[in-house]
Amino acid sequence: MKRDARDGLLISPIENGTVIDHITGGEALNVLKIIGITGATTESISVATNVKSGKVGKKDIVKIVNRELRKEEVDRIALIAPKASINIIRNYEVFEKKGVEIPRLLTGVVRCPNPGCISNTNEPILSRFEVLPEGLHCLYCDQKITRDIASHLI
Amino acid sequence: MNHIISIRDLDRPSIDKLLDQAAKLDAGPHPGKALSGKILALLFFEPSTRTRMSFEAAMARLGGCSIGLDSVEASSMSKGETLADTIRVVSGYADAIVLRHPKEGAARLASEFSAVPVINAGDGAGQHPSQTLLDLYTIRQSMPLSGISVGLLGDLRYGRTAHSLAYALSLYGATLHIISPKGLELPGSIVDELRRGGTDVREHADVSRAIPDLDVLYVTRIQRERFPDSSSYFQVASSYRVTPELLARGKERLVVLHPLPRLDEIDPRVDRLPQARYFDQSRNGIPVRMAMLLKVMP
Repeated sequence: MKRDARDGLLISPIENGTVIDHITGGEALNVLKIIGITGATTESISVATNVKSGKVGKKDIVKIVNRELRKEEVDRIALIAPKASINIIRNYEVFEKKGVEIPRLLTGVVRCPNPGCISNTNEPILSRFEVLPEGLHCLYCDQKITRDIASHLI
Repeated sequence: MNHIISIRDLDRPSIDKLLDQAAKLDAGPHPGKALSGKILALLFFEPSTRTRMSFEAAMARLGGCSIGLDSVEASSMSKGETLADTIRVVSGYADAIVLRHPKEGAARLASEFSAVPVINAGDGAGQHPSQTLLDLYTIRQSMPLSGISVGLLGDLRYGRTAHSLAYALSLYGATLHIISPKGLELPGSIVDELRRGGTDVREHADVSRAIPDLDVLYVTRIQRERFPDSSSYFQVASSYRVTPELLARGKERLVVLHPLPRLDEIDPRVDRLPQARYFDQSRNGIPVRMAMLLKVMP
């Protein structure tokens, strides 16, 4: 995958880690949030946003050095970037390439927007949502989230 | 384990079975010993008259006994104990738990931590399955549940009994007429879900328009605290008042239900009419809750 700046390459290849490609334009920071990467974590990250893409119009790309994402992390990404592809990189080569798949159940990923929900208290539980075609359904209080899922990410 | 958390966990045959069992117990006589030696824990973290007393009475009629907790102040929750820990502890003392709690989903959480069956007796604005079952039972005493027209009148936004009843009636192919003041309408997500499931939901601004079509008028309390001042409350409440004159325009078999307590939404003159079934409805809490206790403690 050797390209130069004229081809639109904004960030350099990584030796080992994960490249998340074809993220819906503008969603890269939410992708980082959903997989638990914050200002306090130690990973080296490269982010490109609103890159031209023949496949999805505008896309974001995230490269994470020395970290291979687990399947459950990958599937969470599907919530906000259903067309994303995940490339596991070893020694500059694509070792494994996979799409994302929306999980049926989300545990501890999304905060229930209902302030009266028991999952928003100090009880020793994690939020639990089932994924339905029309959105997310809280398995504690039955609240539904049908839009702007990213703003409810924990 | 046999928890009863939400009416939506029950399918139509399970509901019918519970109502049949309630009818059998109601017809009496029964030996009254089925739950002899069993202990029911009543955990009420919110006020209740009918639900608490009728669960207690139902348990006593089946030969069992009850232990209870009346308020958060009287419990270790006032010391900061979680509901999860309270449930773990109490499930070691009793054979079943009846829980009322202000947080939605509390009963679902309790079922995850309890070693014994949990019955939800109301969780915030969420579910109250025993109320829904006794509502259905009361309707069934007057007419078959299939294909009836039911008017839901009052505060349909915050009224949990109306939400649960709407879902339960959808299992029986009911037509739902929803009549509520502006701002207290049935939430759009519930209306959409009912319609997606094939239920005919008709919205009305005025109860007098809907009344000729109804077999059942289910009235809920319009809560004063939802209005900015008492004059706007009285203006709305008076336009949703059920009177003998209104009922005179209804079908002969029309029945009026109310989960109680009522305020001004039903004229006291209605109490003497044959349509008024809300005190029977309240009494029906006993056989229905007896049937529920027998289901969870077979």
